[in-house]
Amino acid sequence: MTCVQKPSSIVKKAVMGLTGLVLFGFIVGHLIGNLLIYAGPEALNGYALTLRHLGELLWVARIVLLAAVGAHILTAMSLVRENRRARPTPYQFQDTIQTTYAARTMAVSGLVVLAYIIYHLLHFTFRVTNPHLSHLTDANGHHDVYRMVVFSFQNPWICASYIFALTLLCMHLNHGLASAAQSLGANNQKWEPRFKKAGCIISLIIYLGYISIPIAIYTGIIKAVPGGHL
Amino acid sequence: MNLTLKVWRQKHKEDQGLMVTYEAKDINSHMSFLEMLDVVNEDLIKKGEEPIAFDHDCREGICGACSLMINGVPHGSEKGITACQLHMRHFKDGDVIYIEPWRARAFPVIKDLIVDRSAFDRIIQSGGFVSATTGGVPDANAIPIAKPDSDSAMDAAACIGCGACVAACPNASAMLFVGAKVSQLALLPQGKIEREQRVLNMVRTMDEENFGNCTNHFECEAACPKEISVQYIAQMNREYLRAAAKQ
Ligand code: HEM
Ligand code: FES
Repeated sequence: MTCVQKPSSIVKKAVMGLTGLVLFGFIVGHLIGNLLIYAGPEALNGYALTLRHLGELLWVARIVLLAAVGAHILTAMSLVRENRRARPTPYQFQDTIQTTYAARTMAVSGLVVLAYIIYHLLHFTFRVTNPHLSHLTDANGHHDVYRMVVFSFQNPWICASYIFALTLLCMHLNHGLASAAQSLGANNQKWEPRFKKAGCIISLIIYLGYISIPIAIYTGIIKAVPGGHL
Repeated sequence: MNLTLKVWRQKHKEDQGLMVTYEAKDINSHMSFLEMLDVVNEDLIKKGEEPIAFDHDCREGICGACSLMINGVPHGSEKGITACQLHMRHFKDGDVIYIEPWRARAFPVIKDLIVDRSAFDRIIQSGGFVSATTGGVPDANAIPIAKPDSDSAMDAAACIGCGACVAACPNASAMLFVGAKVSQLALLPQGKIEREQRVLNMVRTMDEENFGNCTNHFECEAACPKEISVQYIAQMNREYLRAAAKQ
């Protein structure tokens, strides 16, 4: 009966946690796929081709992700609005005891990540921002993801913005992962510090995994394949 | 010691209110924070000014009446105590101390440092009890309760309803208060019978009273004079999600 009416605070928190975890799942899967760049062009381009050949399954995944992003953002907006309204008069002397920078900047880090995701899709998925880099084909005549990525990250601006967005994403995850355990009611006194530590370690691993790629490309550890300079 | 106080003064609910500066002179370091305010008030009365209104009752940390935001922290920055248990020896001569009321839409200021906390009462009225027909007192230990459950229920029951959790929360959320009560009763056999309706009703009232939503800063736990753990919020979330799924 309560669920039919306006969703309660706790339902909204559960939606944040659940959709956050779905997005987290994507972030992990995407990282594993991206790391194939270290295995060379065949591995990465082959993986990209496999994804494209998933057909309906790819669309199911896309719809689930889109729904999760939508619900995550709409619920976040509603929570942020209510939370602002809950304290109309601020304290003259403001202080906090144990909250973290990451926790206080969830809305900002989320919004920056959202903006970056849109740019990222325009760049690598819709291939509109750097068309001269992103419509190359490999020896088999398939879309050359490998060279697209390598040429892109040779640009310092693309590298820097990517690393910046990932810094915020991983801050978001650092607070978000432990939060999800709390919001979904999985937490207790014994597990609270463990979830906190796990959230920190997992987001750090994810961070290092993602940013290693632009760094490896920019420093020349990963090179475009023979004959591959623009 | 001599101190400078910056105190929120507000004549009544509709008054704008403002911070007023007072000098607290010759304060004995053995005084409690409230006794220090008593001294300042005596001085104000002598001068024919309106004394500073603040809530207090037991002055020994058990009633939850005192409710002062001291330098941005509920009950001051000493851990695990109420403002009435805070001694002036924790301050230094010449300190400037900001004293403000709890700030939350759900806790409107009535006068100066006193806020209306009846929103908490309405949350309790909506489910924070066990319905029982009256009769003789049951025998002790007639209903066996596992030690970990009774310990956990006791820890939750330590809540004195002061509202420091709401005051400390960046979102003015009451989830630690509600979580403690929901968990305390759900842990005990007498309270288990109504556990589902209780959590649904109490959370609905909490939302209707315009408290904010928890975003897991855990400031509440750090500010709580009874050091109640945020695990009770997770427990309430569990209770609620299970009850809502059943309905
Ligand atoms: C890939 C992207 C994202 C991932 C993996 C992610 C993950 C998470 C997780 C796990 C949580 C914790 C939920 C909880 O409290 O239980 C969370 C909270 C939050 N997210 Fe995201 N998120 C992402 C994108 C976004 C975006 C685009 C926004 C933009 C508006 C956003 C805004 C928020 C806010 C405001 C919270 C705090 C909500 C609260 O604690 O009540 N997130 N996120
Ligand atoms: S006056 Fe009773 S707790 Fe402080």
